[in-house]
Amino acid sequence: MAVKTNGIRISALKAAFPYTIPIFAGFWFLGLAYGIYMNVSGFSFWYPLLMSATIFGGSLEFVTVTMLLSPFAPLQALLLALMIQARHLFYGIAMLDKYKGMGWKKFFLIFGLCDETFSINCTARVPEGVDKGWFMLFVTLFNYLYWVTGATVGGLAGSLLTFDTKGLDFVMTAMFVVIFMEQWFKEKKHYTALIGVVSTAACRFVCGPNSFLIPTMVCIFCALALFRKPIEKAGGLAQ
Amino acid sequence: MTLLEQVVTVGVCVLGTVTTRALPFLVFSEGRPTPKFVQYLGKALPAAIFGMLVVYCLKNVDLLAGSHGLPEFIGIAVTAALHLWRRQMLLSIAGGTLCYMLLVQLVF
Repeated sequence: MAVKTNGIRISALKAAFPYTIPIFAGFWFLGLAYGIYMNVSGFSFWYPLLMSATIFGGSLEFVTVTMLLSPFAPLQALLLALMIQARHLFYGIAMLDKYKGMGWKKFFLIFGLCDETFSINCTARVPEGVDKGWFMLFVTLFNYLYWVTGATVGGLAGSLLTFDTKGLDFVMTAMFVVIFMEQWFKEKKHYTALIGVVSTAACRFVCGPNSFLIPTMVCIFCALALFRKPIEKAGGLAQ
Repeated sequence: MTLLEQVVTVGVCVLGTVTTRALPFLVFSEGRPTPKFVQYLGKALPAAIFGMLVVYCLKNVDLLAGSHGLPEFIGIAVTAALHLWRRQMLLSIAGGTLCYMLLVQLVF
């Protein structure tokens, strides 16, 4: 029995690993950048280590650095966290079926449901004979470990850096530009992408730089609800 | 901020994240069909959200003062051009960031 379980695990691990190689590169790069960013902001490596291991959400972790450097405002922090992470609600909705009946694995699968893990577990075709549960668990685990180790190494090595890191935080903008483009390529019509950009830009100009996220989410939700018929009629949304 | 305040701040970030990841599984439990409108939202939202995140990153850009957002605009253009050219996420992100860093350190 033990031998059989081991066999299932190993074949799932072997099938899952190749899918995570690009994520390794991306997460080490971004994780390092995040660790270094925390380091140059004056935090010891324990901060990126513990924050990446517990929050496990790249964009929010960058924002949390700013929070830690600002006056204590827990309610605002919670709201911001919910707003930034709100998109995970929809990853969850998309994975309801795939994560069904996963037993204890489900807890970690849900905890580690970041953009990249979602993309793989949602789209990867698990080879025949490989256990889907273990496959998705290993994808989630690998990505998790890449991120935590990258952030920790960045936090440790940041102090050794002698070059000017001004502008390094642009890595976050570049990451979202690329993810946005990938989503754009996937979709035949771009109504929803444009709704996102226009709503956010409009709310930013009307409400200023510090309190436009909630109005933006409301705008996007209303626009999507209001234009559901024409959007669905036009089709072309990514699966 | 005291250490306790830091722990609370990180704690609520964990709470917020876990909530958004777990809520759909708690609300739409196994064995019940997901409402049509929720299914539609699941498909329509990702593109809108990524658009929102790009603009969110640029929230502190002032078009009327300082460098008028030029380094950001060029950095994004380089990122996008690299991505159109090679379609390699890592290369596009690294190239765009490097370009932006050079711009804000040496030019603007």
